Amino acid sequence: MQYLLLIYASESEETKMNEAAMAKVLSEYHEFTQGIVQGGQFKGAERLRPVASASTVRVRNGKTVITDGPFAETREQLGGYYLIEAKNLDEATAIAARVPSARFGSVEVRPIWPIT
Amino acid sequence: MIASPAVVAVEDVFRREAGRVLATLIRLLGDFELAEEARQEAFAAALEQWPSNGIPSNPRAWLVDVGRNKAIDQIRRQALFRSKYPDLEFAALDQAAAVSPDDQEDDAAFGDDRLRLIFTCCHPALNIEAQVALTLRAICGLSVEAVARAFLVGEDTMAQRLVRAKKKIRDAGIPYETPPPQLLDERIAGALAAVYLVFTEGYAVTSGAALIREDLCSEAIRLGRLLDALLPDRPAIQGLLALMLLHDARRKARVTAVGDVVLLEDQDHSLWNWPQIDEGLILVERALRARGPVSPYAVQAAIAALHARAPREGATDWPQIVGLYQVLMRLQPSPVVELNHAVAVSMTDGPARALDLVDSLAARGGIDDYHLLAAVRARLLQGLGRRDEALAAYRAALAAAKLEPERRLLARRIAEFDSLPQLPI
Repeated sequence: MQYLLLIYASESEETKMNEAAMAKVLSEYHEFTQGIVQGGQFKGAERLRPVASASTVRVRNGKTVITDGPFAETREQLGGYYLIEAKNLDEATAIAARVPSARFGSVEVRPIWPIT
Repeated sequence: MIASPAVVAVEDVFRREAGRVLATLIRLLGDFELAEEARQEAFAAALEQWPSNGIPSNPRAWLVDVGRNKAIDQIRRQALFRSKYPDLEFAALDQAAAVSPDDQEDDAAFGDDRLRLIFTCCHPALNIEAQVALTLRAICGLSVEAVARAFLVGEDTMAQRLVRAKKKIRDAGIPYETPPPQLLDERIAGALAAVYLVFTEGYAVTSGAALIREDLCSEAIRLGRLLDALLPDRPAIQGLLALMLLHDARRKARVTAVGDVVLLEDQDHSLWNWPQIDEGLILVERALRARGPVSPYAVQAAIAALHARAPREGATDWPQIVGLYQVLMRLQPSPVVELNHAVAVSMTDGPARALDLVDSLAARGGIDDYHLLAAVRARLLQGLGRRDEALAAYRAALAAAKLEPERRLLARRIAEFDSLPQLPI
């Protein structure tokens, strides 16, 4: 079996953390990741940029509608994901618009936060 | 303190070139904020050097060149002192260093830069408030304070909104590019929607800080002209520009000195800006004659054109206005368009037929500007001699109206009932 672990946390709480606290969490993440890599359980992981950088793509009547923000409707639930490479947001949203569910649901496009 | 003529001349160059210099620096540096800082440094350097050395022959190229070099210096400094995001900074450095400033000297390239920037500012992944604020700040060169005043929010709130918008552009990877051909029409429509919002924000409200609002109309028209110059022969752009010119030409006649609304039929035509009307009329003709689908802006402009031509022709061409509203109802159906159509029908077919249309619209519901619907109903009922129903409708309109000048207009109508003899019309 494979499982996707979805991580939820309060962005506003995170921004309140001081540098030392943030460094501690990051090192815990590092340790955790190493742990599951060594255990052979790791498939992939990325940190996402904050929701303010999100855009949502829907296709209705053949027309692509792009909006600011992560506003999935409350009756919509997370059903899957793709990790893609695109040169900019226009290319990313064009690919998102081709996801079949974009025609009846919505596809949130959120940039990956590069690890430095 | 009186600035020296040399400083005044330098500031004059800044005013003219600020938008273009920023647009080019953004393309070269790939970062909004870095470009804004670079422009500021270039202007500071110019203020220091130009008054004694003279203004260079190509001041714009000078400012871009200096700004770009200052930015490169800054990126290097940052890379040295806190190399947190080395990849990001060196990428910007490569981008800035790769392009020689010589190839931006022609006007065509500068035009392209501003066009790119308009599409970035009006990208659909930004919310419309952010689009409008960014456009006024970056393209029109309004100060943060001026943008804040225009939208009746505090300067801090507006500064925050701009910072968030620029962060979204950077983090989400919104490109600094003219959209590819398959996206161009749609993105032009998006940019025009933002420009039209700037215009209506300035035009629709007739109370409050009147001068600032006039500024907004002028900025919207400037943006329309810029888009028309950069993307010529686009009926949607011509149509919107014509629509704004024609409406704006009647601005002085629309409101009395004390801020009361003057309806179109009661306006003093000598207050209309006739040269601007003539410019609008030419643009409408071009927009309507273009091949391809008709732009709703062009249809609205055509209606405004018929109203503008009426004084010179001695009568308003109501049958044609009815026809144009029917086209608009197909292209861009909305309750407000239907309501305006009904008003035009009352002029061709009389109030009874128009009242049927208004009542059917009311029965379907969903009209936001309920006071407009009630006011139109009141007028039609009055025309039919149904005095009590008309009075009730005016009162309903007054209860629903929010803007002071509109409320005063409705109150005047109600007061007239007491002074008018009861005659069937």
